Amino acid sequence: MADVNNLEAVQENKEKSFDIKDFLINNMVTILFMILCIAGVYFSKLPMFFIVNEIMTRLTRNSFLVLALIIPVLAGMGLNFSITIGAMAAQISIIAVTHWQVQGIWGFLLCAVLTVPIAMLFGNLVGRLLNKTKGQEMIASMIAGFFANGLYQFLFLFLVGKIIPVNNPVLILDNGVGVRNTVDLSRNNGIKYVLDNIWKVPIFHFVIFTGLLIIAYGLYRMYRESKSKATKVSKAKYIIISIVGLVILAFGIVVNSSNELSQTLKMISNLKLSAGTGLVVLALCLFNVLIVKTKLGQDFRTVGQSKHIASVSGINVNKVRVIAITISTVLAGLGQLIFLQNIGTLNTYGSHVQIATFAIAAILVGGASVSKATIGQALLGVLLFHTLFIVSPKAAKELFGDAQIGEFFRSFLAYGVIGVSLGLHAWKKTLKAMRK
Amino acid sequence: MLQKYALEMKNIDKEYFGNKVLKGVDLKVKPGEIHALLGENGAGKSTLMNILFGMPVIHSTGGFSGEVSMDGKKIEIKSPDEAMEKGIGMVHQEFMLVPGFTIAENIKLNREVLKYNPISNAFKKDSLRFLDYKKMNKDARKALDTLGIDIDEWVKVAGLPVGYMQFVEIAREIDKSNVKVLVFDEPTAVLTESEAKTLIKAMKKLAQSGIAILFITHRLDEVMDAADNITILRDGELVATRKKEETNVLEIAELMVGRKVEVTNKAKKEEQESQETIISIKNLNVDMPGEEVKGINLDIKKGEILGIGGLAGQGKIGIANGLMGLYKTTGDIEFKGEKLKLNDTRSVLNKGLAFVSEDRKGVGLLLDSSIQQNIVITAMQIKESFLKKYGIFSQLDKKGIVNHAVSMIKKLDIRCTGPLQATRRLSGGNQQKVCIARALTLEPEVLLVSEPTRGIDIGAKKLVLDLLVQLNDELGMTVVITSSELAELRSISDRIAIIAEGKVEGILKPDASDADFGLMMAGEYNKLRGKEAI
Repeated sequence: MADVNNLEAVQENKEKSFDIKDFLINNMVTILFMILCIAGVYFSKLPMFFIVNEIMTRLTRNSFLVLALIIPVLAGMGLNFSITIGAMAAQISIIAVTHWQVQGIWGFLLCAVLTVPIAMLFGNLVGRLLNKTKGQEMIASMIAGFFANGLYQFLFLFLVGKIIPVNNPVLILDNGVGVRNTVDLSRNNGIKYVLDNIWKVPIFHFVIFTGLLIIAYGLYRMYRESKSKATKVSKAKYIIISIVGLVILAFGIVVNSSNELSQTLKMISNLKLSAGTGLVVLALCLFNVLIVKTKLGQDFRTVGQSKHIASVSGINVNKVRVIAITISTVLAGLGQLIFLQNIGTLNTYGSHVQIATFAIAAILVGGASVSKATIGQALLGVLLFHTLFIVSPKAAKELFGDAQIGEFFRSFLAYGVIGVSLGLHAWKKTLKAMRK
Repeated sequence: MLQKYALEMKNIDKEYFGNKVLKGVDLKVKPGEIHALLGENGAGKSTLMNILFGMPVIHSTGGFSGEVSMDGKKIEIKSPDEAMEKGIGMVHQEFMLVPGFTIAENIKLNREVLKYNPISNAFKKDSLRFLDYKKMNKDARKALDTLGIDIDEWVKVAGLPVGYMQFVEIAREIDKSNVKVLVFDEPTAVLTESEAKTLIKAMKKLAQSGIAILFITHRLDEVMDAADNITILRDGELVATRKKEETNVLEIAELMVGRKVEVTNKAKKEEQESQETIISIKNLNVDMPGEEVKGINLDIKKGEILGIGGLAGQGKIGIANGLMGLYKTTGDIEFKGEKLKLNDTRSVLNKGLAFVSEDRKGVGLLLDSSIQQNIVITAMQIKESFLKKYGIFSQLDKKGIVNHAVSMIKKLDIRCTGPLQATRRLSGGNQQKVCIARALTLEPEVLLVSEPTRGIDIGAKKLVLDLLVQLNDELGMTVVITSSELAELRSISDRIAIIAEGKVEGILKPDASDADFGLMMAGEYNKLRGKEAI
């Protein structure tokens, strides 16, 4: 076997070829956003206390929706714009539960129980549509979202009151037909903050916890890698991860135990994180990790890599794709519930409209692409995207004297980043083909 | 001694729409035997394999007659899944590997080893069970060891040399625990020489473990190296079954080609055989997927009919496509002493070359447009004929188009309801004539025709071929005809260039011996005859 040496050379080559240029090209969007975020935080002159508080709220509020995008990417269906439809399912159940006046946490759970079957139905239908439009999943799911929005408006502006009798002056417009534009969730059924308020944890306790978690992950992976014949590079990676965890842990302990803190840190240490919501997000992360290790997850990956090979080896490609979209839609529905219980008001005709755009922009900022997305990218993306969201109006006001410019910048960013990321993805593909 | 055969196919007949493609073929393979199956393209090898694997294409076209038995028991195979269950495996010519997966994951593709977890138990769903990577890796290791391949099972397939990918495919078949008969469909076509040797070594090792191997290939030296017995098909008929010890490369080559059609009564025109070269091709490379041309040197003489033959996938189709600039091309082409601009279809057409594509329905015709539209469209684009000009605007010259179309229909005897009929409705032969009519509308000096008789019936075949001869005779048009059917090339060409592995293996007169043609197509001519010459 003379070729074996040759093969090893190939492998070695691959490892050594980590070069800074490739790294920059591959992470262009993320790096750009990091720079923008740091600059924005600096120029906005907002107090750290405020920024950290906002980021925390938004991380717990939005992460679930963004994480819902991962499975379809895995199954090769691109970014699922039809999570809007999952959000509609959530809003339908919220309106129903508000009408039935089920209060508090029970109301929230009932919402969740109602959302799941509705979202499963919707997801199944979208999945079937996407099976008919293979290769154009993203545009098809986007248009499906717009179409569903029309049906949604038809339901709540016409059917409710005209066909479905609902006698509820709080929900229904004064003329008896159609649901009001806004539904206050704190007064009417009180699901506002129910999940967030279950368990509040001081932020630096959370920091310590995170540190421990990261160290545990790093050590576990190192243990696994040392057993298999892994490469040095990946070992080094996990050592770095463990050290980062150690730093975070040390920082958390110091801040927690010390009395001589700067004013800012003291204020920040008074902040409390909604650990209940955090745990739900964590559970979803875990779900995403575990499902990849199942037979179903392997089928997602096979279909994602090659529909042809998958079908030749006996996998029912269409079914797997429908399952992927259905899971994503259900998760999006639950994500929208978490989102709305934090916001506290349901904008009946507006809350769902933008979520797909923003969630997709966030995951792309984190470094994901049409064909690859990880949990880390999703969380990093939420962090960066929303940091910029928080600071950009103030930064613009400080720099240009007009907060409106920051607002423009925000929406420009959301759409711009999607366009640029899609363009870059295509460009990288041709680059790869040319290198061949 | 009564030897049980691992696989026995007896008296197999198969018809496609009244067209007999297999006539009483027998095939017997013993356990532990390597049996080579040889034949030209269209000899019936793939149909025989489709029957063995119970492909849907067989059953949707009326099934077959004859008997298939394994280990002496008669069996019926109705689907590829059943074939797999019965222990028949196939190593595909194209790789069915997922690049982003490890070798072990690929070997276990959709046959993953699973282990239970509480959730899968609760839902009673296998799809929620975890993968048992440890066991998968172990199984993969075992299969790779059987083959004698020293490569780590956790390496990703992407970036592996092609040879290894082939082994991963084979390992997958071996890993299916009950495999008794393994079919290798041209496994060495994509391999380098040393890789092919390793493969054959592995095949022999497999055979020793008792698996019957059916080896389909075009490389005759490999057959002599590996096979125990050899079955040769030609035109759907069993020509011969030989023991390796009792035959040689020459005989096999001769048996493969055979004399099918008598050379037609083509008027010999020795006296007018010109020596003037009209197209001179030097070091032509064409990047056409599946038909790559790798450095061809060829002179085309004025006024001749040059046949280009060879087996599928060797690059013969790529030559005409490259000349016309349809695929990325490098090299030097001189047309009447002038350099031809490469990769520029428009300028090539302008120079006076015309092309009838092998892909009649894809490239050749606008299927939903009328016959007349199809006939004039290229001329309209290139020569701006059939157009009335009004300054910067132009309009179709409808009258001119109809007249021209009608005259072409008459001249080429296109059977249709009229010039306005959509070409989709025409039969294959008539569609081909429309393609030729369009090429003729350009009034070319050189006509390139690829696979002109593919998919059309025998009567129409003759008409199309006669038409080409007639054009050559009457108009003195140089015709370059590329075809998979050697018999048809031999019946009309003045010279035949045989392409093997992207290069010209040699140029023969149509009346050269069968053995020479066979050797050339197998790419063995220069190896063998070259030695004799020394």
